[in-house]
Amino acid sequence: MAAETSAPATGAGEREPNHGMRIFIIWLVLALASDLLIWFVLGPHLPPGDLASAANGQQFDIKVMSAMAAPVMVFVLIQFIYSLIVWRHREGDEEDGPPIHGNTRVQVTWITLTTVIVLCLFGFGTYELVNGPGAGAGSGEGPSPIVNPPGAELTVAQQMAPYSASKPLVIQVIAQQWRFTYRYPQFGGFETTYLAVPQNQWVEFDVTSIDVIHDFWAYQLGVKADADPGVNNVAYTKPLQLGSITVRCDELCGLWHGAMYDYGSVMTQSAFQSWATASQAHFADVTKMLPPYATTYDPTEIKQLGTVLVKLGLTGAGGGYYPPNDPSQP
Amino acid sequence: MSLPVRVGTLLVAFLAVVGGVIFVVIHFLLAGPPVVDYAAGVAPGQPVSIMLQEDPQNTVSNHPDWVSYFIKDPKTGAWVHTTLFQVPAGSRVNVTILGYDGCTPLRNPFWGMVTGTIGGVEDVNGSPVSVLNSWASCSVGHTFSIPGIGLNVPVASPTTLSANKNVCGLSPCTSGPHTTVTFSFNAPKSDGDYFWQCRVPCGLGYLDGFGGPMQTIGFMTGQMEVVS
Amino acid sequence: MAIETEAGTTQRPGGPDPVGTPGAGAWWARPALHTGVIGAIIGYAFGHWLGNYWAVPTANSPAAYQQIGTSDGNDFAIVLGYTFMLVGWLIGLGVFNDLVKLMLGKRLPQNGHEANGGVAKYFRFTLDHKVVGIQYLIGMIIYFCTAGLLAMGIRTELLSPVHHVFSSSVYVEIVGEHGTMMMMLMTSVILGPFGNYLIPLMIGSKRVAFPRIEALSFWLTPAAFLVLLSALPLGGFHFGWTGYPTLSVQDTSGADAYAFAFGLMGISMILASFNILVTVICYRAPGMRWGRLPMFVWGILGTGTMMALAAPILSGGMYMLLLDRTAQTAFFTDNLGGSTYLYEDLFWFFGHPEVYILALPGFAIVSELLPVFTRKPLFGYKVASAGMIGVTLLSFFVWQHHLFDSGIDPDMRPLYMLTTELISIPTGFIFLVGMGTLWKAKIRFTVPMLFCLAFYFNFLIGGISGVYLSDVPADTTEHGSFFVMAHFHYTIMGGLIFAFMGGCYYWLPKMMGISLNEKLGRVHFWLMFIAFNSTFLPLFAVGLAGQPRRVFEYARNLTTLNDWVSISSFFLGVSILIFIINFVWSTVVVRNRETGNPWKSRGLEWQVSSPPPADNFETVPVVLSGPYEYGVKDAPPVADLNPPVGVLAAGLSESETARAEA
Repeated sequence: MAAETSAPATGAGEREPNHGMRIFIIWLVLALASDLLIWFVLGPHLPPGDLASAANGQQFDIKVMSAMAAPVMVFVLIQFIYSLIVWRHREGDEEDGPPIHGNTRVQVTWITLTTVIVLCLFGFGTYELVNGPGAGAGSGEGPSPIVNPPGAELTVAQQMAPYSASKPLVIQVIAQQWRFTYRYPQFGGFETTYLAVPQNQWVEFDVTSIDVIHDFWAYQLGVKADADPGVNNVAYTKPLQLGSITVRCDELCGLWHGAMYDYGSVMTQSAFQSWATASQAHFADVTKMLPPYATTYDPTEIKQLGTVLVKLGLTGAGGGYYPPNDPSQP
Repeated sequence: MSLPVRVGTLLVAFLAVVGGVIFVVIHFLLAGPPVVDYAAGVAPGQPVSIMLQEDPQNTVSNHPDWVSYFIKDPKTGAWVHTTLFQVPAGSRVNVTILGYDGCTPLRNPFWGMVTGTIGGVEDVNGSPVSVLNSWASCSVGHTFSIPGIGLNVPVASPTTLSANKNVCGLSPCTSGPHTTVTFSFNAPKSDGDYFWQCRVPCGLGYLDGFGGPMQTIGFMTGQMEVVS
Repeated sequence: MAIETEAGTTQRPGGPDPVGTPGAGAWWARPALHTGVIGAIIGYAFGHWLGNYWAVPTANSPAAYQQIGTSDGNDFAIVLGYTFMLVGWLIGLGVFNDLVKLMLGKRLPQNGHEANGGVAKYFRFTLDHKVVGIQYLIGMIIYFCTAGLLAMGIRTELLSPVHHVFSSSVYVEIVGEHGTMMMMLMTSVILGPFGNYLIPLMIGSKRVAFPRIEALSFWLTPAAFLVLLSALPLGGFHFGWTGYPTLSVQDTSGADAYAFAFGLMGISMILASFNILVTVICYRAPGMRWGRLPMFVWGILGTGTMMALAAPILSGGMYMLLLDRTAQTAFFTDNLGGSTYLYEDLFWFFGHPEVYILALPGFAIVSELLPVFTRKPLFGYKVASAGMIGVTLLSFFVWQHHLFDSGIDPDMRPLYMLTTELISIPTGFIFLVGMGTLWKAKIRFTVPMLFCLAFYFNFLIGGISGVYLSDVPADTTEHGSFFVMAHFHYTIMGGLIFAFMGGCYYWLPKMMGISLNEKLGRVHFWLMFIAFNSTFLPLFAVGLAGQPRRVFEYARNLTTLNDWVSISSFFLGVSILIFIINFVWSTVVVRNRETGNPWKSRGLEWQVSSPPPADNFETVPVVLSGPYEYGVKDAPPVADLNPPVGVLAAGLSESETARAEA
């Protein structure tokens, strides 16, 4: 029985090489090389690029995480590969290995090191989340964000004040099955299907939905925010360069989720202003029909319904799943 | 069990599994409504005319209460229960939609605006219209929207109360109050599948009116297949 | 003589047989799979009729369920149909027979273990944990392959960015079926077969604590599986495995199948875990101290703990979803006072422990197998068990990292970033143990060992990519993209399934007395390892380049990568096919008998013959030393299988007293 075989007398004749030192040297070389590659060669091309401040911040985070992860990964891999080569079973050797049950120093070192790395990552991530150019991380922060750029506009009245290049531009993203529409409250509240943002100006996205949960993902802007019905989810970014934007829905929203994408662009401030003014005029007829600008909408109850619709028994555009006499609560 | 019995059982089980997989794939995964071909015999770039009707029900299916589109087959002239059609790439597509269904408010009145058509308008019973207000007036039955090419056409509905209460009751509709909507758009030059949908919450009995027929191909949503 | 006199009541495997003594009556007259099916059909028909009778509006009560008339669908009838189908299924299987007999004051026949050969017992509700283990094994392989075939469908569709094999509706259906089937049923892929079969053997027990509950936990899985598949004829469900409302409330009737099946599987998980937990805590042989517990048992203990605490939340959430869909409650509808966040929190409070439920058994198997094939003691036994306990505890404190972009209270994000990153510390323990055990070892590259080594490689990539996801700014790009998808396939497919395969090659000689073909095993391993990495490694890049999950149209510049992945995935499918061929060929056709201890393992389960005798052990063994004392000079054997009477009595008296008090 294997369990009863005695421990082998290792290292009797030849001197055992210093495996730890060998592994350390291989690790040092490879870890350094991979970190240099990650930082200088791969780093500038890492997604999601540097079109906007939030994207920039995410790119930096991914770069730092990679630079920290690579040495850990390299260490584990080297340790495994080295062991598998050096300590593989030799033909004819039927003895068991040395009975090493553990090593307090190694265990304490490993636990300490991993804990330190993890706490550093946490400190770094939290700092990146609340400070610096990528503050807020471009992710949806809900109706009361904690990380706001200067002059953030959180009330409806503030958001509807006329546009000024010195304040954040407010864009309301309205998600619906299966299209995003964009409402510009600072330009009379017109609604459009094209996302245009100005360069070098903070943009505030107020993301909401009028049916199911969607997720507004403006890839190049580094913005991702869930669109929940009845919720105003705020995210910020500051476009830094001119370029085009791809918007995709990132939360499964039904049949045509896969085809729910559109495009937009970062324009210069003057080009943006003339685009917005022209759009305001172009959409004037339909803007009059829209509900007054608000942070969320509930199409199941529509006050301005025509008489024929009311006579038909309709109170809104709810589809009749919940009967119209169901009490709606605050 | 002896070896032949075991192997025999194994073979039977294997054939049953393969048969089951083939049945599921063919019956459930690859099945779908037919495609009405408007591209056959039409050279790329030549105009085509397509004709659809929207019904308040679909009595030819096992969902008789679901609203539904029908497409007219150009060869036989018959109304087909489907929402898939083919058009040639780069051609001008002249669309006629017969609106047999009554009015419903849009969830987002923005879709009351006509976009993406040639001239930016649709003709409702012969007169050009660019915006329909589905909240203040009873004017929109459904919409025909192809987001991939920016097309959005609110299809006008009969506007009176009596018309709305006496809509046709047997699909495909041949009589009853209806509107005739015509418009044209240019099909994309590259081939591919472009989905189209309705934006009126007409999936009655489903939350937000967007389940059932709204998310079932063959009823209120489908694909325009552009072929070159 | 304590153990002999008490044997009938406390240490008999399985206890009484609910369906009469084996061999009584013709096979078709005894409750088994076929009577279960008949019961299910009758039950469904009744429930469906009842649902229509109650809910269809009549002249007297026209308004109550008026949406049924307009939607052409009666979810009420479908859910009631499923409920009564389940009842009929269990009655047909004979689950309640013992209960009825007891209520009628009849004595139950003693000795329910299945000593006889023959395959009929595998189709019955049985109280023998070894039969349940094999039932689970076959069941899990069937479920895994079904969901795997659906994955092939997904990759076929993604061969082209614009042209479609399936309609968008069918594509989303396939995605949802694949995801849900894998996530709900693979929770038991190791706990079910290996846990139920091996844990009594590993802890020196003749039986499990609750054989009826154990058997019930298995027989709920085929019901959940078939209910989930029944979504296809009902029109499918179109919201992936997460089932977020309001989409899942809005969807057609296939959504009922999803919610019912997932909730049912939650109940199966609760039952399975309770049996395992109580067995491990109360049924250890004398001398099986906590410090001698095999690592596999530690891992399953952690898995069971997570299941017992997390699965009730799942079943509750699914029940609320069913109520929203049938009784028109509004738990998740915002404008009627509900909240979609409520569901997201309920789901992920289950959902994140769930992914550790899927990871921990993998840790358990590799930690168990590594000492055997390195011929060395496990390095840092306490570190390994601490790692498993740590993962178990921390898993309940991380769930909101799924909601970083959802608009939750933004103050909470640093906290969940911290807890998520902390969980990489206990996970790191497992890697330390692995590296330490390999140090100066005599590594034997058997097929199970190859799978274990691949586990470490895959889980390293999966784990490190998980740290990226815990960082809020980095997560903004990665959330909901193929990056996440690649990450969790590395931890679950690359971790859990590789460990499962290793476990199959390692323990099948024990469980079936048949060894799998080694040559085919090596082909299987290398093809699976290469194809797996070739499939999922590029998906990290695809995700970072901006491809969201569950889409059937993607950017044209990602075509090459997607095609590469699709073709690799087909090879991955072929590698699983090789496993199936090996499994069937070895167990049905060739039957290469293995009765001893082919791996020269010190594990207690290997000290009895293969397959083990019906009673597991002649008498309850006395455990003398830990299971990993390889190479230790003068180490005592792992257990005394025929202990002197006095020793046993002394060892047992203590636990018997404790049990009597309890």
